[in-house]
Amino acid sequence: MPQLNAGDQIPEVRVTPDKYLTVRYAGASGDFNPIHIDEEFARAVGLPGRILHGLWTMAQVARAQTEAAGGPEHLKRLSVQFRGMGLPEQEVVVSGTVRELADGHAVIDTVAEQAGNQIIRNAEAELEL
Amino acid sequence: MPVNTKAIGKTYAPVVYAVGREKIKEYARAVGETDPVCLDVEAARAAGHADVVAPPMFAVVYSAPAVGPPIFDPDIELNFAMMVHGGQEFVWGPAVVAGDEITTTASVKDISERDGRGYYVFESISTNQRGEQVCRGTWTNIVRGV
Repeated sequence: MPQLNAGDQIPEVRVTPDKYLTVRYAGASGDFNPIHIDEEFARAVGLPGRILHGLWTMAQVARAQTEAAGGPEHLKRLSVQFRGMGLPEQEVVVSGTVRELADGHAVIDTVAEQAGNQIIRNAEAELEL
Repeated sequence: MPVNTKAIGKTYAPVVYAVGREKIKEYARAVGETDPVCLDVEAARAAGHADVVAPPMFAVVYSAPAVGPPIFDPDIELNFAMMVHGGQEFVWGPAVVAGDEITTTASVKDISERDGRGYYVFESISTNQRGEQVCRGTWTNIVRGV
């Protein structure tokens, strides 16, 4: 079990979604909204192109917590706000700081950024260690 | 035009989802999950799980089918074309593993309006075949220009 202390940064997760990631995630999740998988449709509704699924980005935030805690069963709560939009083929960076730690229960303040924009902000995770 | 709030408290029919081992693996690969307990049944069993473990955000897969009907409920009059996913919370109970059957019930937690935006908050409660609550989801959708 990795050791966490109040005030620590959790290890960053850095991931660059490839060109076809949104198609694989659509299939895996069942979310086939065309703004994520159809370039022409996305542009027609005023987007710069296909955008990432917010819940995929939230899954990267979740992964940063579970990797810090030592396994998927340690994450007990995750609350996020989505802002702006994530784009394929640009690195997503998840970072976080341990705000509280007591009796094996940790609260983490965490965000996901892409090119300096917070695409997930005000996120809070609770871990059971 | 004010938002229509008459559906607050409305509950929808439960949706049952049978969790498959290969579906967990497919989902895990799509989100970059590399923990062996999510990908390898032997590793999962060695760690004390009955089968491969769903990553926590797999909650989307088993609970989203229950949240679709409220989004498209004519009682709510949610303008889907102008909707963005504003926020999401999940609270997890015992781990979900392949072979579980998850029953999810969605309800309308709140509908409100602020600064020309409609806020539509749905809740999903998911329980496993033993009646244990494995996840509670709070889905906040924002509709511009209400």
